[in-house]
Amino acid sequence: MIELKVNGKMHRVDVEPDTPLLWAIRENVGLTGTKYGCGIAQCGACTVHINGEPVRSCAMQASEAVGKEITTIEGLAANGMVHKVQKAWVDHDVPQCGYCQSGMIMAAVSLLKEKPKPTDADIDAAMTNICRCGTFQQVRAAIHDAAKA
Amino acid sequence: MTFMPQMNRRSFIIGAATATGGLALGIDLPFGSKLAMAQGAAGPEVTAWVVIKPDDTVVIRIARSEMGQGTLTGLAQLVAEELECDWSKVTTEYPTPGQSVARKRVWGDFSTGGSRGIRESNEYVRKGGATARTMLIQAAANEWKVPASECKAENSKITHMPSGRSTTYGKVADAASKIEPPAAASVTLKDPKDWKIAGKGVKRLDTVEKTNGKMIYGTDVVLPNMLNAAIKDCPVFGGKLKSFDEAKVMSMKGVKKVVRVDDSSVAVVADTWWHAKVALDALPIVWDEGENAKVNQASIESWLKEGLDADKAFVGNQNGDVKAAIAGAAKKVEAVYSYPFLNHAPMEPMNATAVYTSDRCEVWTGTQNGEAAFAAVLEASGLPAEKCDVHKIMLGGGFGRRGRTDYVTQAVNIAKQMPGTPIKLIWSREEDMLHGTYHPITQARMVGTFDANNNLTGLSMRISGQSILAGVAPSRMGRDGSDPVVFQGLSPSGDFAFSYSIPNLLIDHAMRNPHVPPGFWRGVNINQNCIYVECFMDELAKEVGQDPLEFRRKLMAKHPLNLAVLNAVADRIGWSKPAPAGVHRGLAHFKGFGSYVAAAAEISVTGGNKIKIHRIVAATDPGHAVNPAQIERQISGSFVYGLSAVFFQENTVKNGRIVEENFDTFDSIRMADMPPVESIVMPSGGFWGGVGEPTICVAAPAVLNAFASATGKRIRSFPLKNHNIAFA
Ligand code: FES
Ligand code: FES
Repeated sequence: MIELKVNGKMHRVDVEPDTPLLWAIRENVGLTGTKYGCGIAQCGACTVHINGEPVRSCAMQASEAVGKEITTIEGLAANGMVHKVQKAWVDHDVPQCGYCQSGMIMAAVSLLKEKPKPTDADIDAAMTNICRCGTFQQVRAAIHDAAKA
Repeated sequence: MTFMPQMNRRSFIIGAATATGGLALGIDLPFGSKLAMAQGAAGPEVTAWVVIKPDDTVVIRIARSEMGQGTLTGLAQLVAEELECDWSKVTTEYPTPGQSVARKRVWGDFSTGGSRGIRESNEYVRKGGATARTMLIQAAANEWKVPASECKAENSKITHMPSGRSTTYGKVADAASKIEPPAAASVTLKDPKDWKIAGKGVKRLDTVEKTNGKMIYGTDVVLPNMLNAAIKDCPVFGGKLKSFDEAKVMSMKGVKKVVRVDDSSVAVVADTWWHAKVALDALPIVWDEGENAKVNQASIESWLKEGLDADKAFVGNQNGDVKAAIAGAAKKVEAVYSYPFLNHAPMEPMNATAVYTSDRCEVWTGTQNGEAAFAAVLEASGLPAEKCDVHKIMLGGGFGRRGRTDYVTQAVNIAKQMPGTPIKLIWSREEDMLHGTYHPITQARMVGTFDANNNLTGLSMRISGQSILAGVAPSRMGRDGSDPVVFQGLSPSGDFAFSYSIPNLLIDHAMRNPHVPPGFWRGVNINQNCIYVECFMDELAKEVGQDPLEFRRKLMAKHPLNLAVLNAVADRIGWSKPAPAGVHRGLAHFKGFGSYVAAAAEISVTGGNKIKIHRIVAATDPGHAVNPAQIERQISGSFVYGLSAVFFQENTVKNGRIVEENFDTFDSIRMADMPPVESIVMPSGGFWGGVGEPTICVAAPAVLNAFASATGKRIRSFPLKNHNIAFA
């Protein structure tokens, strides 16, 4: 039994300490917006924030997240207001299948926190998620737009 | 505007109530209250395609599957256009295959592949909308006791022109649903030039839920008392499961059962998927790998190579006398190309959730073909159609892979061994990579001949390699055992016509089918056929010192629509003017899935092997463009898919199994590699071509031709990483 603080709420979850955080979030906490794509830190579909930093949750043990602030895509909207990155995503009609987009958005939010006015090179460096549908052109435009918001 | 399919609650209730279904099993409704269920619930059905609720909400039924390509929105636009409804009130839902069977396939074909979603169903879905509009107008006219001809519908409102009286669709929908529909022949469709909703780049209907984590994919399905399954199929295709030692894992945490799924696979069922996977990895399994374990990549490649010279081959396109042209040639150019196996690797691995009792079987899954999934459920469960159903969920990508139903069959096979318990089967990425249905492997020998005046006199193209139909649908093959799909983009006429006129031409296929299962992979055979033809065209032009564009144009007088897209990209890239210093250009065009497509690329190369793509201009003429904004996204998205393959991807075979198990060895383009894509959508009208796939094929040869122009090096086998070529 460990305690995880997800989106500001404490959850007691019955997992072994080495369970990947991804699966603890999806199956034990019950938040399915964070996706499984590869399980080996390659694709970024599972990206969440740990104390504000982007982390590929498939490659982090649940026990390592104890005592830290975990934010998932479901926790991005604050007080019912969608995050400016989510809004830009909607404005640019970014998602195709959408499966990668939770991770993509979480990565973009981190980038903008770090670099409020990112250059294309900053975006290239920070956005290393895979999108098999190929939405990168819209992702880039949406990030630039969110930076203006 | 909202997207509703994944929570087609009403259909679930209907299925459940009429056939002692889910409810009788003690299964509660699958999705939480966060979804506005009520929307799917009440309202009269005007036609099979259109339900209108008293609050004027328009529910448009969509039979094809949404997997990111925008078909759901496009089809809704077409129905809404003819319906003359308020687009802001439109929502959609998927009928289930079970309902379709019960209603004599009123929604037609469910299959979503071959870029057919819109082009093959546009007419009857538009009629569904137009018929509903006619009935709604008639209902209002009846109420007012005026002739329907005096009434006009617009934006979900009906107006009696002479009196100015008006009403809304929601108010008359109930009456309209009781009116006898007009004869199909009397329903006329709008001229596309009068379109107001269709033809416009309206926003997708399914975006918001894809940005806040609420969209439910197959992997996200949760049913009460559900257990999770992880599976291993024999890694050698065609091998069998000999035995497994379940005693070794039964005491592991969460494990409920270890089951033999079929001849070749075993699954662990546990409380969570993670527990199932951990136990599966620990499970001692003995495979009977069989003869195929002797097959390696080199043996497959040499078998295909031998096919390049084989006597027996199926002719796909022929005119004149190529042998004579070769014998009498003043000049001859020859080259051998090849293209590898490729896994689809959709972002979401295969999965399906099944619940079975001796009286009912239901499945929730992302599928490109609801009816095929339904058939798989019937067969695996052994139950009749009225006791089964499939609930389609949003697909985390399809690209052709989810047209198959192997994972559905497996889920039912597992659920059958635990009656009454819902089982969610999820493949690991590794399982997904090892058990794909791969892009077929082929090689091609290209021979071009010139006369003394440097005119191209002949082209011979011998393809050797795999037939998809032989593996997937033998019934669709020619009587002589040929596979017409091999000749996509190379055929004498039709949706996949070859777009050059050459006096002496022979394109044929020596079929060589390795044991690796083939499948339809986005773009299918135009991927490699376009590389083979369009790279070789540049080789030919170079041989005679001609400009690649001019060289092509001379052979395209009888192919004006291909010429139009080619000219469009040449103009936009500025072909007639020199490229910026250090920048090199390449172009390509093709016809596939009924559409005409072209691309021109500008690249620079550093160190002889680092490619920077500065821009790609793409043009497509799909006949009619239902949503130009989504078409642009399909163009740039398809380039990512196609170029990822050409730069990074191949699946190779060792001891009968696939070597690459995850994205670390099967990489995919990321942001930094993404070329800026400028799209020219130029519908010329008069035909309906596909969108999701055709453009994929032109990016790679355009880039490869630019690379050859930059370096003098012609690459003829893929991926480029094998030549130590990468993105800069
Ligand atoms: S699932 Fe974690 S990076 Fe792919
Ligand atoms: S939108 Fe489908 S994988 Fe990114």
